[in-house]
Amino acid sequence: METFFEWFRVLYDDTGINLPFLYDSYDRGRMFDGFLMTIKLSLVCLFFSVIIGIIGAWLQGSSLKWTRRIINGYIQIFRNTPPLVQLYFFYFAIGSLLPKVQNDWGGQEPLLGSFAWAAISLSFFAGAFNVEIFRSGLEAVPESTVEAAEALGFNRLQVYTDITLPLAFRVCLPALNNNLVNLVKTTTLAYAIAVPEMLYEANQIWSDNVNVTEMMLFLLVAYFLLVGVLVWVMNSWERSMKIPGYGS
Amino acid sequence: MSWTEDQPMVSIKDVHKSFGDLEVLKGVSLDVKKGEVICIIGPSGSGKSTLIRCVNALNDIQQGSIRVEGQEVNDPDLNKLELRKKVGMVFQQYNLFPHKTAVQNVMMAPLRVLKQDKSAVEKKARALIKKVRLEGKEDAFPGELSGGQQQRVAIARSLAMNPDVMLFDEVTAALDPETVGEVLQTIKDLAEDGMTCILVTHEMGFAREVADHIYFTDRGVIVEHGPPASFFDEAKDPRTKEFLSQIL
Repeated sequence: METFFEWFRVLYDDTGINLPFLYDSYDRGRMFDGFLMTIKLSLVCLFFSVIIGIIGAWLQGSSLKWTRRIINGYIQIFRNTPPLVQLYFFYFAIGSLLPKVQNDWGGQEPLLGSFAWAAISLSFFAGAFNVEIFRSGLEAVPESTVEAAEALGFNRLQVYTDITLPLAFRVCLPALNNNLVNLVKTTTLAYAIAVPEMLYEANQIWSDNVNVTEMMLFLLVAYFLLVGVLVWVMNSWERSMKIPGYGS
Repeated sequence: MSWTEDQPMVSIKDVHKSFGDLEVLKGVSLDVKKGEVICIIGPSGSGKSTLIRCVNALNDIQQGSIRVEGQEVNDPDLNKLELRKKVGMVFQQYNLFPHKTAVQNVMMAPLRVLKQDKSAVEKKARALIKKVRLEGKEDAFPGELSGGQQQRVAIARSLAMNPDVMLFDEVTAALDPETVGEVLQTIKDLAEDGMTCILVTHEMGFAREVADHIYFTDRGVIVEHGPPASFFDEAKDPRTKEFLSQIL
């Protein structure tokens, strides 16, 4: 392994192509940490944004006017403002209003750190789109299918979890894929509030090594592969959910 | 509840139902005794489907009374689950759950609504599939079954809830002529087992064969009714005569 890494030092010496995150163990460590942080932030946001979508789409069908209004207001706010502004708003505006807590060294620190705020902000951002995506899927389920379930004694929640949501999922998966791909790419915004994710660590490395071109190229390839894996997983999931004789 | 078996199982009295300004039912009354099979016939738009949809509260009524085993359906505090445990319904478009296999369709409501034990439910579901003569199709998805087969699964699904009365809403109207017979045979088997049935149908021959009583509706009222022999051969009302002459 070490010979493999050392080869890149030789590459740098011979050609000037500088990839310190491969041959330098310190840079390698922080690049790897950044990569893990991006994965972690992506998974947390994917999970919570889908949960928000599922619950939001359910509440959107509520018979209570104010519940529907609140959900629609939430969607409008998060859809019509830039995610970077949302992130700053959560981190600087709401974050500064929260009480400070004492840390292990006796100092004061914010209740929620930058990772937590990025996770909250991006989950709500992608969640707003997910609510609309799930709603479009729910609208594709025929009313008569719902009636059949009601006639069998299903209550509204059971109809949703057992009938309409599983069917809606299959209809809206392509749109959901798009939004989740966008979400993974949007995690780079967390850089702006110093979450040490991949872009942040890359920036640290290019500041130290002045190898901007190489780092930019690396980031493109890294995100391309990362999103490629997500797309592959989602496509396999879509295939595994296909029902014989239903849909295209 | 003071209902006893010698009273009508379903008692409909002076029912009025409007969709907006359109009055669909203009004072309909009829009684169905336990074990009785009644057929409601009449031209399209005469309100016959609406009437049976009101019996299990898929549609609400504005005026009048519908009692199922003594339980008043026209009641804002209606316990729909209790009502729907007693009343099974089969629809024109089958409305099976497309993401579930035949046997899963039959098992779903007993499992989720009645919270019955899974192994017992599965045993019963397989027996019901056999009863509707679909042995070997247990694991087929609705999309892999013909219309007639789907409709028989729908009947089995409804029977799995052990209803006391079954509603059939033009259940053969969407079927190919050659599959109509198999569905009618299934209903006939049920009627012979003593199931109380209310059918909306255009199958006059079938109505004549299985019904204990025939009701003819037109423009929201019952125009004429009687046992099949006298109804078909000695119709008195000109509207009934005209309808029968067109359809027979």
